[in-house]
Amino acid sequence: MATELSPAPSGLRQRLWAFYDSDLIWSFRHSPMAILSAALLAIVAFTSLFAAWLMPQNPFDITQLYLDKANLPPIWIEGGQMPYLLGTDLQGRDILSAIVYGSRISLIIGVASVALSMTIGVLVGLMAGYVGGALDNFLMRIGDAVMSIPTLLVAILISAIFRGMLPVDYRDAAAPLILVVALSLTSWVVYARMIRAATMVEAGKEYVLAARIIKVPRRRIILHHILPNVLTAALVTATLNLGLAVLAEATLSFLGVGMPSAQPSLGTLIRIGNQFFFSGTWWIVLFPALQLTLIILAVNLLGDWLRDALNPKLK
Amino acid sequence: MSSQSALEVQDLARWFDVSAPWLTRVLERKPRRILKAVDGVSFSVPRGSTFAIVGESGCGKSTIARLAVGLHHPTRGEMNFAHGAGRDGRMRAQMIFQDPYACLNPRWRVKDIIAEPIHELGLRRGAAAVQARVTELLGLVGLARSDGEKYPHSFSGGQRQRISIARALATEPEFLVCDEPTSALDVSVQAQILNLMMDLQREFGLTYLLISHNLAVVRHASDQIAVMYLGRIVEQAPTEMLFRNPQHPYTRLLIDTIPDLEAPNRARQPLAGEVPSPIDPPSGCTFHPRCPYAQDICRQVSPPMAHDNDGRAIACHFPLTTARTSPLAGLAAVSAN
Repeated sequence: MATELSPAPSGLRQRLWAFYDSDLIWSFRHSPMAILSAALLAIVAFTSLFAAWLMPQNPFDITQLYLDKANLPPIWIEGGQMPYLLGTDLQGRDILSAIVYGSRISLIIGVASVALSMTIGVLVGLMAGYVGGALDNFLMRIGDAVMSIPTLLVAILISAIFRGMLPVDYRDAAAPLILVVALSLTSWVVYARMIRAATMVEAGKEYVLAARIIKVPRRRIILHHILPNVLTAALVTATLNLGLAVLAEATLSFLGVGMPSAQPSLGTLIRIGNQFFFSGTWWIVLFPALQLTLIILAVNLLGDWLRDALNPKLK
Repeated sequence: MSSQSALEVQDLARWFDVSAPWLTRVLERKPRRILKAVDGVSFSVPRGSTFAIVGESGCGKSTIARLAVGLHHPTRGEMNFAHGAGRDGRMRAQMIFQDPYACLNPRWRVKDIIAEPIHELGLRRGAAAVQARVTELLGLVGLARSDGEKYPHSFSGGQRQRISIARALATEPEFLVCDEPTSALDVSVQAQILNLMMDLQREFGLTYLLISHNLAVVRHASDQIAVMYLGRIVEQAPTEMLFRNPQHPYTRLLIDTIPDLEAPNRARQPLAGEVPSPIDPPSGCTFHPRCPYAQDICRQVSPPMAHDNDGRAIACHFPLTTARTSPLAGLAAVSAN
């Protein structure tokens, strides 16, 4: 029954090997779509992280903008100039630099809002699912109320309330934070419902009963026993929702309630470019839009792969 | 309470409210629905013995198991453990579960699973002492020290059940509630686990409350058996007496369903019908719709529990006096022809 043949793995090297050898990584190595998406996201993340060194211009710094370089077309079209590979906009802003800096803002807001909404959702779901009764009813009806209004409307409302409360000088600086809060307060319900259902399943399992018999405190049962077993589902949803969050941020910025023109996210760039689309300077809107599409596509493909890879029924 | 018994149960009942939500009830004018999972059960478990409760699914036997370890609180009646080392001055009760796949947290290493009760009850101080105790417990159930480093998924069902037993033993229990401990295991492994449990009982003087629907397991492992039907005990007797001479028609039917290697084609009365719903149980003796000997009185009056001098208790208006002269044997003979 018991064997001493396979000693338990220990040490960093063995752990790394175990990780490399795991089902998840195997599945990753055998999915070209996942590798492609991950590579694309890695490039976007890398360029936006080191944008200050890689890009010819900081588009947020007015001293680096030259009006005589305004409205230049991309480099392969006659009239294009180095170093403005994708051309410039009305104010002489390099489109490529603006895209990379804009992606940084979009990704930071997306990741932060997903992290915040997941944290809220997981905590609410764990409490509602494990404690049940009146608390469950209360929390879930709040969730229903949030879900019954279109997400963007709620986000616009929250965003407007926060902006109204702040002095004018701070509005632009606080814009990313307001966006993160607005997006999180509208998207935690998905996590809460899912985690609640998973928690109710786990809470009925016998390992939880075993802990209850020896009177392990409720908080410890929830955090140590149940949370590790329901978190996988939340992480998959988080990956899938990252695309949605980036898109929602772009929509808000496009509508003018998100990031201001001085710190453009991809959505802001598309809004600005949209005004010039019919005057012939199509590159101002097309390239940010392409970048947004690529990011969302890559995130969604990666999320799809992760969902399938972690679903034991599909193995 | 007699000093000889580890657990005394008096008129124990546990009802569950399974009504529809309040609004639905008001709108559709539905009454409250109460599920009487356990409804007036009394028995006592002698120290160091194995007391088995058998019955079909839904008869309330698992509810009794959960009541015993405090996962449910009784609606009515009492459950008194003898004095022991537990926090409340009573015997420490622990549970061994039915499903070896759900009873171990899949994200915890085996050594942490076994160490949890030791930490929680403060039975050992210091990491080294806890580790030593875990190793000792693994050895007791026939696992190696290195198995403690693994996760539950690398073990088979029988090995997991050993881990589950080690976790239960970690609390240094005096009373073990075993809820169908072998029903999810292969037949070949069932005997191993049962024998391990019996060895541990001898070694530590444990008292077992064994819940099962498997009469073969019960006959092998228990000293006394209580047969439950719809939340009540219908017959209770020492094991061999019950098997040799069942007096309640339901017990008789249960025993008749056991396949017999020596007489595979023997005439027997198959167990007919389904267990009625415990939400709306039949009047009088709840077994009457399935009972071949039901009379008018059975439909009206619930039979009281009658104790005899041999340690048998039975709740039936017309107990089968002996197996040979029972009308059932006559029926069987007719159907065999």
